Amino acid sequence: MRETVFDFLEGYDLLGAFWVTVQLTLYSAVGSLIWGTLLAAMRASPVPLMRGFGAGYVNVVRNIPLTVIIVFTSLGLFQTLGVSLGADDFGTINFRLAVLGLIAYTSAFVCEALRSGINTVPVGQSEAARAIGLSFPQVLSLIVLPQAFRSVVGPLANVLIALTKNTTVAAAIGVAEAATLMREMIENEAQLILISALFAFGFICLTLPTGLFLGWVSKKVAVRR
Amino acid sequence: MKILKVTAATATALALSLTAAACGSDDGDDSGSGSGGDKITVGIKFDQPGLGLKTPDGKYTGFDVDVATYVAKELGHEPGDIEWKEAKSADRETLLERGDVDFIAATYSINEERQKKVDFAGPYLLAHQDILVRADDDSIKKPEDLNNKKLCSVTGSTSAQNVKTKLAPDAQLQEYGGYSECLTGLENKVIDALTTDDSILAGYAAQPEHQGKFKLGGFKLSNENYGIGVQKGSELKDRINTALEKMVEDGSWDEYVEKNFGPADYKNEPAPKIGNIVN
Repeated sequence: MRETVFDFLEGYDLLGAFWVTVQLTLYSAVGSLIWGTLLAAMRASPVPLMRGFGAGYVNVVRNIPLTVIIVFTSLGLFQTLGVSLGADDFGTINFRLAVLGLIAYTSAFVCEALRSGINTVPVGQSEAARAIGLSFPQVLSLIVLPQAFRSVVGPLANVLIALTKNTTVAAAIGVAEAATLMREMIENEAQLILISALFAFGFICLTLPTGLFLGWVSKKVAVRR
Repeated sequence: MKILKVTAATATALALSLTAAACGSDDGDDSGSGSGGDKITVGIKFDQPGLGLKTPDGKYTGFDVDVATYVAKELGHEPGDIEWKEAKSADRETLLERGDVDFIAATYSINEERQKKVDFAGPYLLAHQDILVRADDDSIKKPEDLNNKKLCSVTGSTSAQNVKTKLAPDAQLQEYGGYSECLTGLENKVIDALTTDDSILAGYAAQPEHQGKFKLGGFKLSNENYGIGVQKGSELKDRINTALEKMVEDGSWDEYVEKNFGPADYKNEPAPKIGNIVN
C-alpha cells in the first residue's frame, strides 16, 4: 500500500465515534427542548412559585461549568447515590448519564432563548386570547408558544450547535464519542496538530449543515409583523 | 460627576502602576536570590503524585522532579535556575519541537511513534502496567481474573486501550478524565481496580491520605520505558545519558525511588541501563 500522511487513521473507528456524538446530540437536543420549554412556561406563568423555580434553575445551572455537571452525574448520581438509569454496563450507564447532564445544562439555554421569543409576541395576542376565555395553558400552547418558536429558530440553532460541540465533555466520564477517540489517537500517534484538525473538520461537517439548514428554516417560518 | 470619573480613572491608573511596580521588584528579587547561572526549562507533569506534582504552596515533588533536578545539576544548572513547565501527555512532542522546554521528564514512555518526532535519553525507569485494588480485596490473583471485573483508567490512555484490546476485553472499563475520579470509584466499590503504570499507582498509594487503603496487584502487564525527551538531534541527549549513569552509580537513583514510592510497597525494577529498551 502507498504511504500517505493519513496512514495513522488505520485501525480507528472514526465514523463510529462520530455516530455516538450524533446520538448524544440528538437525544440531548430532544430532551432539552422539552425540559427547556417547560422551564420557559414556568418563567412565563402567573404562579410566583413556578416563576421562582424557573428563574432559580436557569441561573444556577447555566453558571455551573458543564464538566462539573457531567462529572457529577457519574461521581455523585451513579457512584454515590447508585442511580444507574436502568442500565447495568458502564458504557450504557455513562451514555445515559451524559445525556442527562447535557439535557440539564442545555435546557437552561433553550429556556432563555424561548423566553426572548415569548417577549416578541405582542401583549395584545395573549390579552385577546384571555378575552375569549382561554386558560393560561391554552394561551401559552395555542397562541404564544407557536409564535414564539417561530421567532427563535435562529437562537435555538445556536444552542444546538453549542450542544453538538459540548458533547465532547462526555469524554470526561468515558463515553466513547469523538473526543475520546481523539485522545486515544493523540496518545498513540504523536500527531497532535493533524489529529486535532481532523476532528475539528469532523465537527464542522456536523455543525455547518445544521446552521445553514436551520438558518433557512428560520427565514421560512419567521412571523412577519 | 466629572470629578468622580477623574478620581476613578486616577485610582485605576495608580493601582495598575503599583501592580506593575510590584512585578518589577519581584523580578529583581528572583535574579538576586538565584545563583546567577543559566536558566533551564524542564517539562514535568503537575498532577501526578510520586512522579511530578505541583503542591498547593508552589513546590514540585516526585521522582521525575528529583531525576530532572539531578540531571539539570549535572548540566550545570542549580536547582534555583530550573523553570518548571507543565508537560501534559498530548503536548510533549510540541513543547520539544517548538523549543519551549529544554528537556522533558514526565512519565514519558519511549515508543516508535514518538521517536520519529523527538530523541530520548535514558531510559531511567522501567515501569509496567499494573492494577491498584482495595487493600482488603484478594479476588484478583492473576491477570485473567480481570475479565469479570470493573476496571478504571484515564480516557484514551495507553493503559485503557490495552485493557480494551488485549488484557481484558470482556471487562467493563470506566474511563475518567483523571485518576482521582477512579480512586473515588474504587473507594465507593463501584470500581474493582484502577489500572495504569505501577509507578503512577505507587505514587497515588503512597500519598498520606491513601496510605493503607489500596495495594498494588504486582502484575507486569506491559513494559513502559520512561525516557527523558529532548529535541530531535539535540546534543543534550548524550550529556543527559552521562548524568543518568552517574545518578545510578552514586546511589541517588535508589534514594529517589525509596523517597517517592517507598510507602506504597512498590517492587521496583532495578535501574535500567542506558539505551536498553525493554519491549
